[in-house]
Amino acid sequence: MTTISGKPGDIFDAQSLKAKKSSSRNLFNIIMTGLSGLCILLALIPLVLVLFYVFVNGVNRLDLDLFTQLPPPPGSAGGGISNAIMGTLIVVAISTVISVPIGVLCAIWLSEFGSDETSIDEYVRFGVNILAGVPSIIAGVFIYGIMVRPGRPGYSALAGGVALAVLMLPTIIRTADEALKIVPQEIRWAALGVGASKYQTVLKVVLPAAVPAILTGVTLAIARAAGETAPLIFTALFSPFRFNGITNPIATLAVLVYNFAILPFKAQQELAWAASLILVLMVLLSSIIARVATRQKTY
Amino acid sequence: MTVDASSSPPSERNRTPFEKGLDRFFEGTTMGFALFILLLLVAIGLLILVQAWPAIQRFGVSFLWTSSWNPVEGREVFGVLPMIYGTLVSSAIALLLAVPLGLGTALFLSENFIPLKIRTVLVFMVELLAAIPSVVYGLWGIFVLIPALKWFLGLFGVTFAGPSMLAASLVLAIMILPIITAISRDSLAALPPELRQGSYGLGATRWGTIFRVLIPAAISGIVGGVMLALGRAMGETMAVTMLIGNSNTINPSLLAPSNTISSLLANQFAEAKGIQVASLMYAAFVLVILTLIVNILADWIVRKLKAKY
Repeated sequence: MTTISGKPGDIFDAQSLKAKKSSSRNLFNIIMTGLSGLCILLALIPLVLVLFYVFVNGVNRLDLDLFTQLPPPPGSAGGGISNAIMGTLIVVAISTVISVPIGVLCAIWLSEFGSDETSIDEYVRFGVNILAGVPSIIAGVFIYGIMVRPGRPGYSALAGGVALAVLMLPTIIRTADEALKIVPQEIRWAALGVGASKYQTVLKVVLPAAVPAILTGVTLAIARAAGETAPLIFTALFSPFRFNGITNPIATLAVLVYNFAILPFKAQQELAWAASLILVLMVLLSSIIARVATRQKTY
Repeated sequence: MTVDASSSPPSERNRTPFEKGLDRFFEGTTMGFALFILLLLVAIGLLILVQAWPAIQRFGVSFLWTSSWNPVEGREVFGVLPMIYGTLVSSAIALLLAVPLGLGTALFLSENFIPLKIRTVLVFMVELLAAIPSVVYGLWGIFVLIPALKWFLGLFGVTFAGPSMLAASLVLAIMILPIITAISRDSLAALPPELRQGSYGLGATRWGTIFRVLIPAAISGIVGGVMLALGRAMGETMAVTMLIGNSNTINPSLLAPSNTISSLLANQFAEAKGIQVASLMYAAFVLVILTLIVNILADWIVRKLKAKY
């Protein structure tokens, strides 16, 4: 029998099998675990602070006047943001009406037809990624160039809605594409097997199965779009008056926050906080709804 | 003789040309919408380029290294060097802060330090950080962050006006952190469990496994996520506009006001006319090119570095 070292005790040292808390690798582990825990703590502090201040500063103006009155003239107190609430709903509705059909049809081609024989779907997916990376203000610049610049119709709710639609498109295409892909392949085979044609399979079998997931994505996209400011400041502009047609400038919550935050009047600043609270509540609510909705899977 | 339709044998008829046409029409329509996306991208680039043309002809490439922005009629001079500087520096500082924090958060959330239920809640909270509108961060920055910074730096005898590169970069870091965390966590979670098991089996510790096995294996996703975050930081507008002070000068101090390309656009577009509009379009084109490069690089890195299992 051969042993490598001289003393038999070296081989059968029972102590060496136990983890030593003080060994450098264990110490390193404990420190790193602590550091990563610290990271998430530091990451969540801003969230808590932002939510806290928005609630505290926004909640005392969350009254009936807020939803029924117009913003007060500079210097006087009270007033509300009814025109901006209405405006956000209108602009977001316009962008939804434009972006959802385009986005869903594009996603249908990507998931149902795209990978047949062409590689165009690769380019389209790449394009969607690039479009998602386009800064939001560039969407505003683009629509300004088409619909607003001198010689064109000018600032309008419609221009704002179209600018938001450009931003919503990639989100909707991605979520719809994912939602359609989750529908099991067997469902398609079964539909084709009983004699359905392609469009019948897609429109009457696959799409209805994917609708809940698509709606979730659309809800999230709408909530995000409602908070977008940059594409609106020089397309929808702002208006201190009530809504008067989609071809005129319109007030929105997001632009109202931006405009009122830098005014030196207390009433306006309070309204900015209240508008922020409404935007944050909307985002919060839609995120929770999306969470709950995606938990129930159809298949 | 009459045949009851419901009792007739299964028909073996072929599809009519109309039905075949309907199918082709449907596929063609959806393809048209898919190609519309590519068209839209090209249209965005072309339209901005065409609108910028008068400024490109007048100022040429020197637009990129001219430091003055003077819209006074008759003496117009436009250059975006200070804004390019502001865009790059604010994004760099934001990345410097957000990458370690975001990656640390992603690692913490992808390991089993705490029960899954609590982790799910934490993941949701980090996602929420990304969902809060930019303009709300801006409002919070003006009324909470800047006073807090002034008070804190005041303890060391440092005084400054408030709106500054530092304030803007801090808020930018908060805004891009969830992007880094989400994408890093996704790529860590997508790794096959055998990698971790194999490493543990060889006697590696948890953090030894993370640094030597998991991070190298997920590096494509992590770097891709960082690049996407960089693209977002460069294009971010509202929070930065509200906090950076909008001064078109290059000042090495982080406490001095500065400007970014997107803030310049947000501030001046609504009131610009003539050659100023063209110059703003030129600036927008520069921003498009910058973010395009970063985003294409991100896409390329994710594809190239992806480890195959």
